[in-house]
Amino acid sequence: MSFDFQGRLPAAFMTAGSSSFTEFLGRYSPDLLPGRRQLPEGTVPATPHGTTIVALTFPGGVVMAGDRRATMGNYIANREIEKVFPADEYSCVGIAGSAGLAVEMVRLFQVELEHYEKIEGTLLSLDGKANRLSMMIRGNLGLAMQGLAVVPLFAGYDLDRGEGRIFSYDVTGGRYEEHGHHSVGSGSLFARGALKKLYRPTHDVQDAVRVAVEALYDAADDDSATGGPDVTRRIWPVVAAVTDEGYHRWEDERIGQVVEQVLADRQGDPGGALRRGLGAEGNRGDNAERRPKGTECTEGTEAQR
Amino acid sequence: MSMPFYVSPEQLMKDRADYARKGISRGRSVVVVEYDGGIVFVAENPSRALHKISEIYDRIAFAAVGKYNEFENLRVAGVRYADLRGYSYDRVDVTARALSNAYAQTLGTVFTTEPKPLEVEIVVAEVGVASENDQIYRLTYDGSVAEERGYVVMGGTVEQPHQVLSEGWRPGMSLAEALTLAVRALSVDAGGGQPRELSPDVLEVAVLDRKRPRRAFRRLAAPLLNRLLATDDPTKDVPPADDSRPGMHETLTGEEGGTTAGTEAGGGSGSEPGEGHEGLPEEEPH
Repeated sequence: MSFDFQGRLPAAFMTAGSSSFTEFLGRYSPDLLPGRRQLPEGTVPATPHGTTIVALTFPGGVVMAGDRRATMGNYIANREIEKVFPADEYSCVGIAGSAGLAVEMVRLFQVELEHYEKIEGTLLSLDGKANRLSMMIRGNLGLAMQGLAVVPLFAGYDLDRGEGRIFSYDVTGGRYEEHGHHSVGSGSLFARGALKKLYRPTHDVQDAVRVAVEALYDAADDDSATGGPDVTRRIWPVVAAVTDEGYHRWEDERIGQVVEQVLADRQGDPGGALRRGLGAEGNRGDNAERRPKGTECTEGTEAQR
Repeated sequence: MSMPFYVSPEQLMKDRADYARKGISRGRSVVVVEYDGGIVFVAENPSRALHKISEIYDRIAFAAVGKYNEFENLRVAGVRYADLRGYSYDRVDVTARALSNAYAQTLGTVFTTEPKPLEVEIVVAEVGVASENDQIYRLTYDGSVAEERGYVVMGGTVEQPHQVLSEGWRPGMSLAEALTLAVRALSVDAGGGQPRELSPDVLEVAVLDRKRPRRAFRRLAAPLLNRLLATDDPTKDVPPADDSRPGMHETLTGEEGGTTAGTEAGGGSGSEPGEGHEGLPEEEPH
């Protein structure tokens, strides 16, 4: 089957019923679906892999951020790859895993959502979008078993509920709603630790972006596959916020200011604990010190703005 | 033993053409007009859900008259075609010309080989970077294609609206002028009587707005539509920003601050004609 034909539109185009682009592709030109390809025998050579994505909610929306590194074994395959994409006007998707397949899957997902919008004349619900993505990942299971897994993180603004929501996935297409914050990719363990400590359910978008950048910094600090802020080239993480005003990617200049603030605050204090009022006692995990610290932290972040 | 009837090819084609024409002429007309900032589509269509005008792709829209199920089928096929092409190549490689060819082949093949021709007439239009790059293709039931300049009328009554447009249209009209002209063309009475009164709530209006960055297609609804049609209102073009109300932004109502929350799908439903004159008109370009 070819996507370029002469003559009348083939029957698959004229079949009524489906408003899904993926289903249409599956019928008409299945080889264009990322997951349907047959792999030859043997091992897959090294390909670029995307690394860390973080997402966290704030009242009125959700922030997603990704570092800019793709690795291929011990090499840096790309230092300015973008791994956070708008899926449609009210949602975004961040990718970790096999970069080539993941970017293709995101493209397909974007077309899928817009296609539905045009055919049906209405937006898909956020749960509907999350389920469509789930189905696409499931279609990729064969390739995942050969080492080409794609593990996206999906987040969006739920127009019905009026809040930001985050969904994570496993390679079998399992879909899990995450509350507050989540992270995927090789540096996700470290990022998740940082998110857990820094996340406040009440912070505004500015604070949420700051927390996302800090979490990525912590991931890059301990995971060689995650890229830290590249000060010499001025390559900053991709940060996007989704609110009831839609998807908005933060301009490099604004991210640069946040990153520089984080770097300045971590001079001589690589973990960022002193600035947060976590003194030497705090680092020992002294429970008695916990409560006043939280308040100081909020004041601290507000003072920076 | 009976002899099969012989029907000459001329007669066969003529019968089919007559059949298709009859079906198409039963419906109301659709007018497509170029203006300085893009292309405007106007149809007389009281339904808010069953559209005669739709988006195909970023810069391409579709308008049709005839049997709804048949042109709806063609619309869906067009969206699939455009999305497939955009996905396989790139978004800029989806063109109205290629889509019109695919439609023409389809209509032509159905006309000659299938028992019943499609009772539809369609327009595929693409807005370009400047008005000389705008393209309007008109396709008829037998698969013939014509590239039109300026304006197109199709559907039930064609001649009188065509005359109104040929007298009134000139290059570089504003949206308000083009829209008013289109409505005047549609309201001509076929029997030669008094022009009918077409209120904005029986009109389906959409534009391909050249200035919008990616998806150029927007439906126009009250109160913006009323303002554009009012002679004493300064509104001449669509606002550059979409409605601030969260949800799908296919429809421009020109309302401020999300006062019509919850009308996501239909857009603008429930707006009373005349309410557009309330409040201050927005500052518009031009």
